[in-house]
Amino acid sequence: MAMMIDLAAQAAQMLLVLAIAPLILGITRKVKARLLRRVGPPLWQPYLDLRKLMHKEAVLAHNASWIYRAAPYFVFAVTWVAAALVPTYATNLMFSWSADLIALVALLATGRFALALAGMDVGTAFGGIGSSREMMIASLAEPAMLLVAFTVALIAGTTQLSAIAETFATADVGLRVSLGLALGAFVMLAIAENARIPIDNPATHLELTMVHEAMVLEYSGRHLAMIEAAAALKLALYFSLFACLFVPFGIATADKSPEALAIGLAAYIGKIVLLAVLLPIGETAIAKMRVFRYPIFLGGAFAASALAVFLLFVSRSF
Amino acid sequence: MRTLAFDVAHLLAGTMLALSFLLLYQVRITATLNVFALQAIALSLSVAWQALIQDAPHLLVTAAVALVVKGIVIPTALHRIVRRLGIHREIEEVLGAGPTMLIGLGLVALSFLLVLPVGEKVSILAREDLAFALAVILLGLLMMITRRNAVTQIVGFMSLENGLILAASGAKGMPLVVELTVAMSILIAFIVFGVFVFRIRERFDTIDVRALDQFRGERRDTP
Repeated sequence: MAMMIDLAAQAAQMLLVLAIAPLILGITRKVKARLLRRVGPPLWQPYLDLRKLMHKEAVLAHNASWIYRAAPYFVFAVTWVAAALVPTYATNLMFSWSADLIALVALLATGRFALALAGMDVGTAFGGIGSSREMMIASLAEPAMLLVAFTVALIAGTTQLSAIAETFATADVGLRVSLGLALGAFVMLAIAENARIPIDNPATHLELTMVHEAMVLEYSGRHLAMIEAAAALKLALYFSLFACLFVPFGIATADKSPEALAIGLAAYIGKIVLLAVLLPIGETAIAKMRVFRYPIFLGGAFAASALAVFLLFVSRSF
Repeated sequence: MRTLAFDVAHLLAGTMLALSFLLLYQVRITATLNVFALQAIALSLSVAWQALIQDAPHLLVTAAVALVVKGIVIPTALHRIVRRLGIHREIEEVLGAGPTMLIGLGLVALSFLLVLPVGEKVSILAREDLAFALAVILLGLLMMITRRNAVTQIVGFMSLENGLILAASGAKGMPLVVELTVAMSILIAFIVFGVFVFRIRERFDTIDVRALDQFRGERRDTP
């Protein structure tokens, strides 16, 4: 019986991230539109888009191989697994032993690899340029992401997300410059990974600058629906990760009573909505970067996270 | 082991180091000056905190000097110089921002590795302060080497001096006379730099120091 409840809690988390992901996208689009003095689409527009795409015919290029057809499902599955592992409303769920930060980075990298392969599969110029840029960003972002992971892992003493969230939520961590630097680096990385301004503009199809859109330009129908859903899930994943690593307050830890779970759920939704409002505000305030500036931007993230790790070593007495 | 005194000192010194990196990262001249002012404010806060926990009131004078001279006077003067030279909207071409960052990280690691074993006998607070100070000094040097613009080179030098003050405040029993002398010499150095920048500008119509290399007969290949 207890196992059934545990399973139900885990299943609820998996469905929660899936259900909330398009809504997050809807909120960011709406806020951005309002900031630009447009009315903007309704909040549930992403759901309608996904439904429409699922019903449309999928057009394939003549020379498309099985990689091209399999990649969208693979990317969606990998991203969903990764997003479902991040603790949302409670820690210590059934599968939280597998929710390792490094495993999470690896899962995302696998998804990205598949998408880059798919971008090059049909042999169009745009797919190739998108894949090449995506890999350039990834090669700079992944080391920095691992360093952020090491920073929090050194403080919490573990790389398991659920245990980290519990440590930060309950124990006294003290004033830490390292965590501040890791936070800055994480925000920069999240922006780069989710193809938001200033790295990429998710709303444009301008050839010179697009990265993510260039890779998936050839997709249509249900394949495109999978890719869009995966992109939404990835944004939800980074928001959840932010909430779990840096503001884990309110999350249900040892106490698994219905009240604690309800508080955890409400806190989670509140944090996510707040982040979804803050992201477009930040995006509206800055301009997009040139492609050649990306390495400097991501290098800044890398430097900040490396500095965070160094500072941790100094503050420990050798 | 972890006390509030240690945590706050760590926070302030760490902020200074992070701002040093931000200085390396900035390409706009006005933004560089603002970051430098921020670093000076962080320095004065750090020194004031040292005054509190070491119970050494003369350090408060140092903090006040740092705040007024380096947090307000020098940045304002540099802003005015930059404006008068008409380069306040200019973007500086930094040679290889990525490699510079990596070298900077290496320097930070080097200074930590150097200081931590050396200072076994002193308190952890002083040891850490020394490590941070050495890192800030080396990053200031790095900034002076990598920049071509005379104004940002001055900023590099001043940031190096911030590191010196940080080191001095961490060591117990530093006499006030020494600190005041250092502060005075910085001001004088600043005035000399200011005159120097205008002289370079007058003669070469630019404050890019590559022009000096050419003038000396080195690197004739540069345009």
